[in-house]
Parts: sequence; C-alpha cells; structure tokens
Amino acid sequence: MLGSIKRVNSPEDLDKIAQEVKERETQYKAIISFCTSTGCVACGAKKVLEELRNEIKKRGLEKEIYIKETGCLGMCEGGPRLLIYPGEIPYFRIKPEDASEIVSSIVEGRVVEKLLYRDGATGEAYRTLHEIPFYKYQLRLLLANNAKIDARSIEDYIAVGGYKALAKALFQMTPEEIIEEVKKSNLRGRGGAGFPTGIKWETTRNAPGEPKYVIVNCDQGDPGAYMDRAVVEGNPHSVLEGLIIGAYAIGAKEGFVYIREEYPLATERMLIAIKQAEEYGLVGENIMGSGFSFKVTVYRGAGAFVSGESSALMTAIEGKVGEPRPKYIHTAVKGIWDKPSCLNNTKTWATIPLIILNGAEWFRNIGTEGSSGTMIFSLVGKVNNTGLVEVPMGITLRDLIFKIGGGISGGKKFKAVQTGGPSGGFIPEQYLDTPVDFDELTKLGSMMGSGGMVVMDEDSCMVDAARYFVDFLLGESCGKCIPCREGLRVLSRILNRICEGQGVEEDIQTIEEISEVMRDASLCALGRTAVNPVLTSLRYFGDEWIQHIREKRCPAKVCKNLISYYIDPNECQACLLCLRECPTGAIKGDKDQIHWIEQEKCIKCGTCYQICRFNAVKKLSGEPIPPPPIGMKPIRRGKEVR
Amino acid sequence: MVVTLKIDGKEVRAKEGMTILEAAKKVGIEIPTLCYHEGLEPYGVCRICSVEIERKGKVQVVAACCYPVEEGLNVVTNSPRINKLRKVILELAAASAGEGVSGKMRALASEYGANLSRFRPLLSDIEPTRCILCGLCVRRCVEANWDAAIGFIGRGVNRRIVIFPEKETLCLTCRYCRDVCPTGRACPSYGPNPPFPTVDDVIAGRA
Repeated sequence: MLGSIKRVNSPEDLDKIAQEVKERETQYKAIISFCTSTGCVACGAKKVLEELRNEIKKRGLEKEIYIKETGCLGMCEGGPRLLIYPGEIPYFRIKPEDASEIVSSIVEGRVVEKLLYRDGATGEAYRTLHEIPFYKYQLRLLLANNAKIDARSIEDYIAVGGYKALAKALFQMTPEEIIEEVKKSNLRGRGGAGFPTGIKWETTRNAPGEPKYVIVNCDQGDPGAYMDRAVVEGNPHSVLEGLIIGAYAIGAKEGFVYIREEYPLATERMLIAIKQAEEYGLVGENIMGSGFSFKVTVYRGAGAFVSGESSALMTAIEGKVGEPRPKYIHTAVKGIWDKPSCLNNTKTWATIPLIILNGAEWFRNIGTEGSSGTMIFSLVGKVNNTGLVEVPMGITLRDLIFKIGGGISGGKKFKAVQTGGPSGGFIPEQYLDTPVDFDELTKLGSMMGSGGMVVMDEDSCMVDAARYFVDFLLGESCGKCIPCREGLRVLSRILNRICEGQGVEEDIQTIEEISEVMRDASLCALGRTAVNPVLTSLRYFGDEWIQHIREKRCPAKVCKNLISYYIDPNECQACLLCLRECPTGAIKGDKDQIHWIEQEKCIKCGTCYQICRFNAVKKLSGEPIPPPPIGMKPIRRGKEVR
Repeated sequence: MVVTLKIDGKEVRAKEGMTILEAAKKVGIEIPTLCYHEGLEPYGVCRICSVEIERKGKVQVVAACCYPVEEGLNVVTNSPRINKLRKVILELAAASAGEGVSGKMRALASEYGANLSRFRPLLSDIEPTRCILCGLCVRRCVEANWDAAIGFIGRGVNRRIVIFPEKETLCLTCRYCRDVCPTGRACPSYGPNPPFPTVDDVIAGRA
C-alpha cells in the first residue's frame, strides 16, 4: 500500500488512490512496461529484466526510470518485449546486452532503431505501438490496460479506473438493474458456447437454494491457446472485479477461481490480487462499506482438459474426479453441491466491469447484432505475427489472418484455419470473408470456442490434422460415456490407418456414421464437438481423403507412410552432410559421388530434408522413386571429374 | 406439480422431477437401458436410452434416464434415427467389450441388429473386456455396502474397474454386482469373472 488510504471505505477513496499513483508516476522521466507473462519469460525476459534493472541501478536512475512488470502485450513471437512511456515506443526481441542501449536511449531521448518492429515486406520501422498493423486493426478493451498496470499492483489497477464499476454496482445499482444491464448488453459467454450471460445470471439468482456460488473458469487447455491465462496474468483484478459484481447481482457470497495447474504465474498473480483486494476491503466482509460480503477461493485444476467443462469443473471443486455429469438441469440451477452456481469464462467476467462502467448501449455498439463486444484470439500457426489479438466481433477471418496476422509465413499459401480449439472445425479459403461471430462460425461447422485460432498453410495435410486432433481428444476424454470413449478410439484407429495408407473406401462412411452418433449422443460437449475437425476436413478437403485412400498419396507430403525421400542427382552437391547425419545409414554415396537413399533403410525422419543446403532432398508421394544413380560418374560440382 | 407431455404420440401426465424414462414406463413404453437401474441414481453414460425430443421447435437427442419431464414436451422413443444411433452405440461398446458379452447387451444387440464384431478388427490388439464401463456394479457396490469394494481408475480408454485389496473379503460375500451387470462381466452365478484386478496391480502395471 502506498499512500494515505489503507482501506477503501467509499468510492471516493478509489479516486484518492488513483490520484496518488498518478502523482507518483509523473515523477518519473520514463516508465518501462516490461512483459513478464509466460510467453515472454519463455523467450528469456527474466534475464533481460535483470540486466535492465542492473543498468538503471548502476547509473543511479532509479528515480528517473520505473519498470512495471506487466502481462501480455500481444505479438508474442516478438518477445521479450517492452513499451516505453511516454511515447509508447515498442521494442521487440530484446537481448540482455541491449539493456544498456535502451537505458542510454531513454536518457538521451532517442529510439533504439534495431529493436523496433520492421514490416517484413517494406522494411518500414514503427516507432509507436499503434502504427504497427498488428495493433492498428485491433480493438483492445480487455487487454487495453495490460500495458499500463503492474499485474501485481492493485493501485495500478485502481489508477486506470479499476473497481469503479464495482463501486457503481454496489452504490448506484440494484442486483436486478445489474442483471438487466448485462442482459441488455447482449454479452455472450466467452468460453465458447455463447450462452447469454445475463440470462444465466438471472437463472442462478432466481434458482431456489442457498448458498449460491460464482465461478471463474480459467481451465483453458486448448493446444496453442492462452487467452484466459493472459487476461489473468495481465489484469487479474479485472476478472476479480467482474466476479464480485456478478456475485452481488446473483446473490452469491462465495466464489471460486478455477485455474489450471499448468498456469502457475496466473495462479500466483490471482492470489496476489485477491490478497490485495482483501487488504483494501474490496473482497471480504462489508465491501467498501456497502454491507455486501464476498469470499473468493482459488482452486487449482489437476490437469485434465475435460475439467474445463462446467459440470466437470464443479465436480472437481467438490473434491471428486473431474468428470462431466448430465446437465439437463443447468448448473446455474444445480451446480456445486447441487447449489445454484454461475460459471463464466475468465474473459466474460473481465468484460463485466466495462459494461457496468460504460453501459450496455456502448457495448452493443461494438461487434455484430448477434455477438456484441470484442473477442480475444490467440492467433498461432503459420502466420507472420503470432500472438494475442483482441478484435471486435464481426471482423472477417481474412482481416484477422492477413491484416493483423501479416499473412502466411514463408510466403506459403493459406490452406485452412481452425477456430475454437481442438474441437473446432477447419475453415477453408473460400470462407475467409466470413465475419467472426458465434453464429457464423457454427454455420461453417466450426465454433468460436474460447478463441483459439490455428492457421495452416499448404504444407499441412488435412487428414493428418484431423487425426492429430482426434488423438488429442482421445487422450483427454474422461472415458465416462460410450460414444465419446469408444467413438474416439475407433475413429482414431481408422484415421491412423488412413494416414498410414491402409484406408479403405468404406472408412469415410463409417467415420460419418460414428461422428453422427458422437455428436448426438455424447454426454458432454467434448464428445459432441470432437468430430468437428474430422467432419469439416471431410467436407472441405474431401479430395485429400480420397487421395489418401485410393491413390495412397498425401498431397501435402506429411503422412510418413505415404511419402519417400529422394535425392535429386541434378541438385546434389555430394557434400556428405546428409550422409553423415542419417541416423540409420540409409544414405549412400561418397565424396564426389552423388548421394542416394536406400529406401528399405530409410525411417523417414526427415533429417536429410531439413539439413540439405541445396534443396536436393525431395519428398515424393504417390509417384515412383527414380532408380538410384548407381554407376553414375563421380562428380565435383562445377567441373566434371575424369 | 403435474406436467403433461407426449411420448410416442401418447399423452402422459407425470410428476415434475420425473425423468422421461420413468414417465414412459408409467404408460408402458419401454426405453432400452444399460447403465440404468431402478433405485440407483441415473448415471447417463451408456446413451442407449437416447430419445428425440422436440423443444421450442428444435429437435434434439437426450438421454431419457436423466432428462426431466417438461410441460408440452414431445418425445419420440423409436425412430429410424434413434434406432440407428442405438445400433452404432452397441457396436462401439463392443469394440473393446468384444462379441462375448451376454445378458442385456446381447439381447439389445439382436433387437437393434447390431453387429458386435463390426469394430473388433480395428482393436484386435486389445483383449476383449466384456465390460462397457456402465458403472452399475460400482454404484450398486457403494449402495449395498455403504463403502465400495470396487471403483473406477484411469482416464479415457484407460478407464477400468478395480478392487480395493482390503475389501476383497467383503467382495467375496456380497456379489450384488452380478445382479446388475448388463454384459456378463460379473457373471450371474460367480460374480466378477475373472475377478477385478486390484488397484495396486493396475497402478503398478501388473494387470
């Protein structure tokens, strides 16, 4: 706690704290917002931060430059990264040895050119964040404050207007008015299903039974997706504030934050946030003197993907194995210990303070008619700019991938985008102009999910991709109901068989038959949606399936059993590199002697393909392998050898 | 409170809180089940009792053993879609349980024309288990003994039933599970046959 206010006893106290933080910050010449979220830490941010601190200390600039450890700033592939205020100067891919240069540049009031983001095509460097195309087309509401606040400082959050929505809710609105406002805002659940949040709240409020519970679902386990983690790591108080407002509206006295075990930093920051909020009297007894009391517990998941399903999550909180149960009676009515329990996604809760502060009308004006507001996607895969993006609903997939994502990496061709995590469908090029919202994606056989977005290029095999996700879900199915457990097991066997070149014509019909049963009859959404990747792959990339089954050919040259490696004698420089690296000694040849692959020995590990400097190693699929150049004259490239 | 719904065209009056399955039984409509047993909490995992319901103009498939009756609900328990679904579920269940199942599952297989060998070749490396993990034995055991001798272990395809070694004597005398097992895994005369592996053996990889 930094100043005169020890406990927030009225909304005015929030203003005083905000004022104190602002006064403190104006004393500094510059403020560095340094991303210390998981992505940047993985890129080596800790070391850079340490060097920066040392450098500042060494030069005695502690009173001039202040470092904030923030959450995700987006564009994660450019990490470690930071922003310098004033000016919002963004630096990317910072190395520890850049620290001194950065500090000097701040003192001298200049910009370190080499750390700026440069456009891959034009080479243009961007001196402020908002000029960068990756940010220009975004609308960052939930992530807006990530750069401005130290995730471990409640004062920073209060300084950007934090807990004002809570004050407004507690002192100026009745619970019914809050629910009405949320209903009017047309906010839909950000976890994937898109259920109207206001209606869920009302159901829980009106459901018989006490006590009632509110729950934050931060058990995001999709491969390649980390939106919820980033929100909690970057701005845990926004989630907490939303949760308290929800609890007040619903009439809950107790809440849970369910964070998966694999998110230790998110857990740590949430625990700090709760502790600070308790100290300030924003959580606990008699919040801000309003008479409303609320207690929050952090519950750490035990590492099961399916525990992100609401009923499984609640079962886990009860202390049992996290398995879904039939929920024909909604969890909003009968949830934890059969009591009314309102579970919302992390991003849904974090959106609430914005709606309360700015009004339902403001929120409805963002996005589309059916899906209002913004959505955070984790844009990953074969795009140039990977990272977290927040965009208004209704943006087209094309804008997302090509304007924000900067197009496909390596100049390759776009093939498909998978939205909504492992159970999302693959969307092909012809639907790239589809606006992204809950209903449109569902129409295409995919879903919004909680915001995963994996871009695939021409080198991806769509049969193999379907196989990959079925295998992933097979490993994550709880195994409780027959359609999901056995359906995925049989599907996996069939798909693996096709990828191995053993597929038969009837397989496609069998896959469709099983998929239909899984979609209709599975106990929970995991099984019901697990077939989306398979069905959309069949629907949009049917040719590839036929090629795998009939011609035993993988057009993208991915499926190991359907490809062969071959060294083009006209390209081979007889450099011996692949010959030495081949783990099975399958490559024959010698110095000055064209290399060739003995197919029987080749295990198709792809080492030669990756290390060849002359692109002489080719992948072949469904075509005969030319005979080895035995008896061919020895060569030395450039001149014939006698 | 009493609600009125339609099951296969028949008007049915049922008490609120009843399931579709119970309401159907009242008017003599049998819905097939595997994991359901009167007197035990519905579990909703075999999905054989799937029926079509029409709600707010939308047709969806739900498990009759768990779905509570609603005013004006229109239920279809027998349609080409449902029959096919039940057939494929039985075939899928037999993928790992094998063709050697007996009892209720075998009877249902002939009723729905399910080919229990259909998916077996795909899983030929897996020993048939004669178990569909319906959980009836486990739930019956908890209820009979107030203290279960058997339970589930493992996730997904590794899910199986194990016995807790310290309860083995209890298990030898009770055998209630044999009355409820729909596949013959717990044999009507001997109980579990072969016996369930112990939890320690499964964890240690010995069974």
